[in-house]
Amino acid sequence: MREITYRQALNEALAEEIERDPNVFLMGEEVAEYNGAYKVSQGLLDRFGPTRIIDTPISENGFAGLGIGAAMVGLRPIVEFMTFSFSFVAFDQIVNNAPNMFTMSGGQFNVPITFRGPNGPAHQLGATHSHATECLYANVPGLKICTPATPRDAKGLLKTAVRDNNPVLVLECELFYSHKGLVEPEDEELLIPLGEAETKREGSDVTIISYAQTVPMALAAAENLAEEKINAEVIDLRSIKPLDWPRVFQSVTKTHRVVIAEQDRPFCGIGAEIAYRIQREIFDALDAPIMRVAQEDVPMPYNERLEKAVLPNTEKIIAAVKKIC
Amino acid sequence: MPRPEQRDEVEMLAMMLLIRRFEERASQQYQAQKIGGFCHLYIGQEAVVAGAVAAARPDDYLVTAYRDHAHALARGTSADACMAELFGKATGCSRGLGGSMHFFDKENHMYGGHAIVGAHVPLAAGMAFASKYRKEDRVTLCFFGDGAINQGGFHEALNLAGLFKLPVIFICENNFFAMGTSVKRSTSLEHVVDRAEGYDIPGEIVDGMNFREVRDKLSEIIVSIRKDPHPAFVEARTYRYRGHSMSDPASYRTKEELEKFRLDDPITRLRAQLTREGKLSNEQFGEIDKRAKEEALASVRFAEKSAQPSLEDLYKYTYLRGVDVDVSARKPSPSAGTAGKQERAADTAAP
Repeated sequence: MREITYRQALNEALAEEIERDPNVFLMGEEVAEYNGAYKVSQGLLDRFGPTRIIDTPISENGFAGLGIGAAMVGLRPIVEFMTFSFSFVAFDQIVNNAPNMFTMSGGQFNVPITFRGPNGPAHQLGATHSHATECLYANVPGLKICTPATPRDAKGLLKTAVRDNNPVLVLECELFYSHKGLVEPEDEELLIPLGEAETKREGSDVTIISYAQTVPMALAAAENLAEEKINAEVIDLRSIKPLDWPRVFQSVTKTHRVVIAEQDRPFCGIGAEIAYRIQREIFDALDAPIMRVAQEDVPMPYNERLEKAVLPNTEKIIAAVKKIC
Repeated sequence: MPRPEQRDEVEMLAMMLLIRRFEERASQQYQAQKIGGFCHLYIGQEAVVAGAVAAARPDDYLVTAYRDHAHALARGTSADACMAELFGKATGCSRGLGGSMHFFDKENHMYGGHAIVGAHVPLAAGMAFASKYRKEDRVTLCFFGDGAINQGGFHEALNLAGLFKLPVIFICENNFFAMGTSVKRSTSLEHVVDRAEGYDIPGEIVDGMNFREVRDKLSEIIVSIRKDPHPAFVEARTYRYRGHSMSDPASYRTKEELEKFRLDDPITRLRAQLTREGKLSNEQFGEIDKRAKEEALASVRFAEKSAQPSLEDLYKYTYLRGVDVDVSARKPSPSAGTAGKQERAADTAAP
């Protein structure tokens, strides 16, 4: 294992998959000559040339659709959105064309495309640039969604996404691009299956279910709670769709208490579905109401203090745990 | 005279007749409530798709909007598979899962009827992109109506096609009405073809009621694209005799206008041309038409007796290889740890 950044891990995943399969190419705004708005595609144009690393105009609906059309006839495009807040301009392509094609054609045309880019609030980007899109896309059958929180997961999940035969959204964390973490050596193939959560910390008193930005918050909360003799188990979902229900149910069956820490909004958020499924499947295992920590239900304010009030954080997770423990 | 690479004219006349007779039957079956949802008929516009297909190679990509029955038939999808799709049967060209607006036939290079106006134009750019990426000489034929030319996706696709020099022909089937709104009331330009100029894409106007004119113009363009990939735009002026869909009485236009186009019927015209040139006798025409009628009628019988898609297959085509790890229906194993892994390994199971 060696230590690399989340950004570098994504870059390695892209390079390895583009190298491995001639049908794989990267397309998006500023991915080539500019080396990526967040430098995720640094060096790829030099290495693979302009037929594989393709700059597009600011035209999300157009290039997302172009990618889907190319995928229908056998290519495996990786389409970068500079941020998933811009994916709404291509919403029709992502929800109406990519995931419907396989069903509508009676199984004749699958769409092996990867949409990737930063997702979720970053820092003071205001209402238009701060969307956590996972709950919107999770509502669409035919899409798969993963949310890597570590460099290792970023590499392993992105590589798996590219090889999947369905449209996959890799929702990256903008704030994590410079985070470092341990990843297998470069010569070792790293593929992490979609739909496999990871238990980040074992515990017996409460399960904190987290993903993406809330993973470090949940881990910090657990450390803090340990000082007060509350032993929290922390799960990183890693994939939103498919979701690792067995791991969730097993953990809750053990701890009997749940706090869901999510980076999206509360109304119809990811946690709403998880809470529903837990009570439906293992109602008897619960000793307390299921708690959720999500954003406040408002458009994101620019002001730093207000933005902090909207977002989930470690203190909010600790408070939620203490209400039920 | 057709060029060697163009398809036989009598054969194409037979195709146009099959499209016409098939859709007449579809109309009848819709009224008998055998067909659900929406149903948009192509009657009157047959020369456009027939002309294009006559000029193209069978493996060229073809993609169109929701008025798509004719495009599948023109590509060689059987009338049986088309009618069965309208009936929602498992034997349909999309296994009964697509319906009238979503005909697909991979084997015959029919890359879909697409029902969101303008949303398939970027897909066509993608297919053309794939041709160029793989250094194939396949051309993409992208059909759409005049209603699509004011959609963002259309403009973005034209820009990308122009920018990347993609081998795609944008074929606007201008029937002068986007549902009930005339081009005059929807479009800032007088001539649809002028949209192409803004993207530096060469544009042509053809008489969409004239099979030979459509075919020859398309042939010329296709030859040029195969030599050197680039996009092109063709505005085919045509007319649909029926309403926008089965539920539309088309009261927004006059009987006189409709009659004017009916007198210029594309099938009648090609028949007259062939008869005049001694290539088709009245008896032969009668025989071809009889066969088309029989094929259309037989397709109804086929659709009627075909099976419904199975309920067990409901989730079969949501994800390829059924990779959905939704095991919520199962109770979790009491022992945490290995059980989760086993269940995940069974990710091909139905949810």
